[in-house]
Amino acid sequence: MRLRHKDLLGLAELNAEEIELILRTAAPFKELFTRSIKKVPTLRGKSVAMLFYEPSTRTRTSFELAATRLSADVLSLSVSSSSVQKGESLIDTARNLEAMKVDFIVLRHSVSGAAESLAKSARAHVVNAGDGNHEHPTQGLLDLFTIQERKKKIQGLEVAIIGDIVHSRVARSNVWGLTKLGAHVRLCGPATLVPSEMRTAFGADVEVTYNIKEALEGADVAYVLRLQLERQQENLFPSLREYHDFYGLDAKKLGWAKKDCIVMHPGPMNRGVEIDSAVADGPQSVILDQVTNGIAVRMAVMYLLAGSPESPGSKTFGSASKENRGIAKKPL
Amino acid sequence: MNRSDAGYNGGKLLLDAAGVAERVESLARYVGTEFDAAPDRLAIVGIQTRGAHLARRVARFLKTKTQTDVPVGILDITLYRDDVHAIADQPEVKETVLPFDLENRTIVLVDDVLFTGRTVRSAMNAIIDYGRPECIRLAVLIDRGHRELPVGADFVGLTIKTTPHDVVDVNLMEIDGEDSVRLRQLLEA
Repeated sequence: MRLRHKDLLGLAELNAEEIELILRTAAPFKELFTRSIKKVPTLRGKSVAMLFYEPSTRTRTSFELAATRLSADVLSLSVSSSSVQKGESLIDTARNLEAMKVDFIVLRHSVSGAAESLAKSARAHVVNAGDGNHEHPTQGLLDLFTIQERKKKIQGLEVAIIGDIVHSRVARSNVWGLTKLGAHVRLCGPATLVPSEMRTAFGADVEVTYNIKEALEGADVAYVLRLQLERQQENLFPSLREYHDFYGLDAKKLGWAKKDCIVMHPGPMNRGVEIDSAVADGPQSVILDQVTNGIAVRMAVMYLLAGSPESPGSKTFGSASKENRGIAKKPL
Repeated sequence: MNRSDAGYNGGKLLLDAAGVAERVESLARYVGTEFDAAPDRLAIVGIQTRGAHLARRVARFLKTKTQTDVPVGILDITLYRDDVHAIADQPEVKETVLPFDLENRTIVLVDDVLFTGRTVRSAMNAIIDYGRPECIRLAVLIDRGHRELPVGADFVGLTIKTTPHDVVDVNLMEIDGEDSVRLRQLLEA
């Protein structure tokens, strides 16, 4: 089986089989990290441009490591030093990258749908590293991988996602991925951050509650979202302290969940606001596993996209590849 | 094309179950000479998927002969292929498990069929990324010729004559439900 997409834009447009293929492929990549030589020659000669219009350390580093461990060359464009500040449009920047024969563009942008519009005009594979409040698919995938690693399944799990749902691309990607793989999701946060439309936006496997006890009772996974502190200025919650009292995950609240409930956070954490250190660093936390798994999942995504039928420069159609000449692929 | 595709006619039978058993055993006897030379150094590494099963069979044979558990590893070479972007059906990456230190080992690589030599090239590169063995030997059940790289097997179960367009199917009970080796001609697509 292979991924029949040129780009990874979101989990909404992947089906369960495709998501499972990515998760299955990530496992052998993770195994590489135990070696002293963590690099494989798979994408030798390919180049990956990192185009980040929003600040990010973790995601960017993770993608860079993933590309490097696949032996691809990485080109990083940061907002301050590139022509972004001279007003060059996203599409123009992408065209220039393409003229330089870049094979992958990893894009983070503050506008929802930016990755999709780039993917339409670019021949390179586009990997969405977060677009506005739309999706952050590799985060969703690494979260699914981490859950599956710990729980050995996704099907039938109860997952509580707590915090600023409405502004969260991480929440959206997770909801799509979790529900496609058969989990049940409870979205929880203050009403200003979890609008009631969320009840119907994702289908029957997603419920909304404003009571964190209700969200956590019987939960297998407690997924805490980062609170954007500037939301306070928008009067979406009264104070950090009040937010922490009602929705901050501490040891007492975590006690309402199942005993083996795992604690997740996409990082970076506001300790003492949405999550307490005792929980973030406690035995139920898998937050650092998420970071390790992120690299493996991103390697899997780039590997699978490189083999997709619509690859730039792909020789799969109409050319005299070995397959077409009638020589089977095994043995090689 | 693989065994499950429609139009698979089974091909001409080259080895039946008894024949496969006999060739695996003779291969295992060859590998046994490496065991005799340095019992503590030997490790057997099978290339995914059928090579891995053959490696386990060889180890089982050595166990009955020597009462020693020779370490067995499995190796997936997908990430080391030189044609990841060119092949029509991208292979799924499978697991690699090498549960022993490779330093100073005698590694016997096991695969079902030796053809172009590219798989073996990939496997050697992969192994060397895991450590530095003393030496690497190659054991194959079938050598069908038509090398594209300067690679040769140290131990061969059976050498057969083929044309480059032939397909050699090694079927193993563990995954294919029977032990056999078949030769078939692929029709031009």
